[in-house]
Amino acid sequence: MAFDKVELKDIEVWDGNYAAAQALRQCQIDVVAAYPITPSTPIVEGYGAMKANNLVEGEFVMVESEHAAMSGCIGAAAAGGRVATATSSQGFALMVETLYQASGMRLPIVLNVVNRALAAPLNVNGDHADMYLGRDSGWIQLDAYSPQEAYDMNFIAFKVSEDHDVRLPCMVHQDGFMTSHTAQGVHTMDDDTAYGFVGDYKPMNDMLDFEHPVTHGVQTEEDWHFEHKARQHNDLMTKVMPKVEAAFAEFEKLTGRKYNPVEKYDMDDADVAVVCMGTSVETAREVAGEMREKGVKAGVVGIRVIRPFPFFEIGEALKEIKAIAALDRSSPNGAPGMLFNELAGALINTDANPMLSGFVYGLGGRDLTKKHLEEIYTQLQANVDAGKLTTPQQQFIGVRGPKLQFL
Amino acid sequence: MANTGWDEFEIGAMLRTFDGKIDDIAGTKQEDRAYSQSSSFSASVADWRIEKPVFNKDFCIDCQFCWVYCPDMSIIARDKKMIGIDMDHCKGCGICVEVCPTNPKSLLMFPEQADEETEIAGWPAKEKKEK
Repeated sequence: MAFDKVELKDIEVWDGNYAAAQALRQCQIDVVAAYPITPSTPIVEGYGAMKANNLVEGEFVMVESEHAAMSGCIGAAAAGGRVATATSSQGFALMVETLYQASGMRLPIVLNVVNRALAAPLNVNGDHADMYLGRDSGWIQLDAYSPQEAYDMNFIAFKVSEDHDVRLPCMVHQDGFMTSHTAQGVHTMDDDTAYGFVGDYKPMNDMLDFEHPVTHGVQTEEDWHFEHKARQHNDLMTKVMPKVEAAFAEFEKLTGRKYNPVEKYDMDDADVAVVCMGTSVETAREVAGEMREKGVKAGVVGIRVIRPFPFFEIGEALKEIKAIAALDRSSPNGAPGMLFNELAGALINTDANPMLSGFVYGLGGRDLTKKHLEEIYTQLQANVDAGKLTTPQQQFIGVRGPKLQFL
Repeated sequence: MANTGWDEFEIGAMLRTFDGKIDDIAGTKQEDRAYSQSSSFSASVADWRIEKPVFNKDFCIDCQFCWVYCPDMSIIARDKKMIGIDMDHCKGCGICVEVCPTNPKSLLMFPEQADEETEIAGWPAKEKKEK
């Protein structure tokens, strides 16, 4: 079946959701199995409209739940197709069981996760609870901080995920509402250039190869399970990052837009640094610039590749920093915080000996303001001046009432 | 065939049913198919059977009921004739005995260690219908 191409302007005004939907269209997906949930709904809604308008050749499967959506994606990927979907929050939580199936079966599925808080209490706004829920699932996780990056990261995701040396599924994260529903100028690629970057899908061990029948999703007990899991983890940790960097390099040649597994801003001579993800990175960058005018050598580190965690890259980025703030936008529920833990792990057996503070912020869409970040940088500088931590190790930002941190 | 080494498996939780390319598998009898080592057909998966069916061909009418109802495809039939039971895959569920319509039954359950010839020699006689 033929489908029509779309003439895009060089710069389109898109929100993150529509940017992701356009990227999916340009990648020519074979199967999208989807169940809508706020705030990711407009991705599949937009894609569905493209399908209805003959701009998409593949199948669009409407299912009865997110569990079924990812199950459908797994089946279609095992059958040998290019596959993608989108979800958020509770829907993501319902997908979790199947996320582990997708990664263990080594199926290159792309999942757009528009980050949203997890109930209870029910909340539709953005935080990183769902993103953190997926971090042990064996998927590659890329974080987009803006609609432009939501568009770009989808191409990177297909490119890396479908590489026959990788064969691991990939999530593309964007902040619910802040990115997903905020329209900005997005530099586009024309349809042929975009498709040329990801290329034709090359199936591997597909079930529709009737001359070579395969069983997918097999059972292995104590005799084989560990070898599968250990190799999967090793592939995730050793094979993915070089492919991500190669894809970033190729993408830069094509578009001029440069991405890194760890994004560094004002870090060359920095004494203090904020490490964060999502839309907070842009706010932190602006505040870091203002702090520099006040004489604080402030920098920002954004995590672009969350999984595999850029263990060595982050250690390198932070080795000269004296005081670091790790900003977690998810309730740690029984630990200091994901970024706090990962940074501590990445730095502890190195020569670096920074002071590390953990901050929990923005739960359920609570704003992270410039004032909050000024306070954090001021605290970090106070720690540097005192030569020791002057504050609790863990703090909540922007929460009313008594200070509730445990460290 | 040598066992696949621990570092020789293909990525993904997937296994191949046959060695090499296949052609007209529906028209090829099981014994002529190139089942791979990882196919369940190549392995005994009947370890936990504690009772086994014994087949007495003297009473069998080749009705194929046991072949139809066996949940593990462990009734071996060729040219619509019952030949025997695939004891590497039979779990001993007894459904074949349950559905066998002959009198006496052509399939009966016995303890796993029972001797087949002895049991066939002592096979029960035809039951008379009570009026």
